[in-house]
Amino acid sequence: MRRRDAGRMDRQDDYAQASRLSRIEPLLYLAPFLIGVAVFTLYPVIHVVFISFMEDYNYLTRAFSGFGLSNYISVLNNKYFIQALSNTFIYVLLVVPIATCVALVVANMLNQKLKLTGLFQTAYFLPMVTSVTAVGLAWRFMFNERIGIINFLLSLVGGEPVGWLTKAEWSMPALVIYGIWNILPFTIILLLAGLQGVNPMFYTAARVDGSKGLRIFFRITAPLLAPTIMLTTIVNTISAFKVFNELFPLFKGQAGPFYNLYTVVYFIYEQMSGKPRLGRAASAAMVLFAVIFALTMVQLLIQRRWRGSGKG
Amino acid sequence: MRRTARAAIYAGLALGALVMVFPFYWMFVSAFKTTQEINRFPPTWWPGSFRFDNFVVAFQKSPFARYFVNSVIVTASCVTCTGFTTILGAFAFSRLRFPGREVVFSLLLSLLMIPFEMVIITNYTTIIQMGFNDSLPALILPFTSSIFYTYILRNFFLTVPDSLYHSARVDGASNWRFLWRILVPMARPSLVTIMLLNALVSWNSFMWPLIVIKTTANRTLPFGLYAFTTESGSNPELMMAASTVVVLPMIVLFLFARKSIVNGVARGGMKG
Repeated sequence: MRRRDAGRMDRQDDYAQASRLSRIEPLLYLAPFLIGVAVFTLYPVIHVVFISFMEDYNYLTRAFSGFGLSNYISVLNNKYFIQALSNTFIYVLLVVPIATCVALVVANMLNQKLKLTGLFQTAYFLPMVTSVTAVGLAWRFMFNERIGIINFLLSLVGGEPVGWLTKAEWSMPALVIYGIWNILPFTIILLLAGLQGVNPMFYTAARVDGSKGLRIFFRITAPLLAPTIMLTTIVNTISAFKVFNELFPLFKGQAGPFYNLYTVVYFIYEQMSGKPRLGRAASAAMVLFAVIFALTMVQLLIQRRWRGSGKG
Repeated sequence: MRRTARAAIYAGLALGALVMVFPFYWMFVSAFKTTQEINRFPPTWWPGSFRFDNFVVAFQKSPFARYFVNSVIVTASCVTCTGFTTILGAFAFSRLRFPGREVVFSLLLSLLMIPFEMVIITNYTTIIQMGFNDSLPALILPFTSSIFYTYILRNFFLTVPDSLYHSARVDGASNWRFLWRILVPMARPSLVTIMLLNALVSWNSFMWPLIVIKTTANRTLPFGLYAFTTESGSNPELMMAASTVVVLPMIVLFLFARKSIVNGVARGGMKG
């Protein structure tokens, strides 16, 4: 009797505890995740906006003399930042379209039901998993003016040796070639996933109607793949806009052989290194964000329309 | 498909594959060449003799063993911590009820478009204030939670039928038990993908170490490799030997887990 009572009491206590627990339980599960996000993502996003408007910000004492536009004015009047913007746009305009076209061809070939696709995929996707710095050093060696394999191959077809990494006019092409090679795997994967999502019924119908190869590609594959191509282009534009790491192995950490290859992120990095000018870095980062924000909005718009019209 | 078309596709694919793989091939064979051979023009396609000493010399000139250990510590810590916070977070956002759940989650999703290059500025000051500047924790702490991975895992958890949850609860299993005994084993493929992507990003990370690490002994591999090329002259064969050491672990990982990694990337991981 007594024992049963005690048991009931225990159970009631359990229930009380359980309901109290269930109220704070979600918080316990969320805490580790949310603390990390709050400290290292949410707070910095807000804080960086403030820094960009702070005058004479000292990052050690966190002191500043007031709010104003001086960081933006100095960044937008900085000739290296202007150069960085134009270089970055040129880089994006060269890398993204070329990579997308090449990837489209490769993805279509990989999508044919062939043998050895596993082997081919491994080969095409390898650059995605390897360090940009390490492979960049291999490219630097390949681009070498005197003993590089690329100039050797050029000499086979009668070309003169090219100073890929030492001449101002050739440094952008070298960076672009490396950039395309780097971004290809990712682009191929996204396009291939899009292709595999196309209902095979369409192809069967086209073949029954007597359509062939290229006609099928332009009349069926291309229109159905258009949303994927658009999204891939935007994601690639965002990532190409952040070109930075590629410069280090190719040009020994400098922005090109004659400081002629500044990019937006390289500019931000340079403001942060040496004697940090975080105010300037922050206002340059805001410009970067403005571009990425605009691109993301376009991306969301496309995704919404895509979902609205149905994937087919 | 006609035979000629098929042959043309094979040839095209093979040629492209050759271009994609060539830099790796060139890195590996160059790592074994002697100084004389590597400076020869025209270059040789295969080393005359294999000089393993290049690796020894590279490791003597620069503390690559130390860099390697640092990279392993940082990558393992980031993957473990992120895995843990991601599992708990995804569970809360998919199974537990609390006010404002959907609002908070969509707010977090909107943070996905924030470029890392933007938060890096404040994170630098935060790390200094925490007293972790120029130390390994500086390379780990900012990367212990990920909105993107949590989003992926939450989506998986949502596909698990409610009935399973309710019957487990009726059987007396606590949330904690249900999560670790039933949900996590079910989510293994998603979890593996997340952790692999996380390991790749962490291993190859470059900009953040470049900014927060000053001491040689605290460098990770990609940063150490870059420093090696500027500090110890630039013998190409040593550079290629060192690069091989950096690249090889991830290539091995990729060969074993290609499908998992590719699936993760196709879902929007990695770049962007």
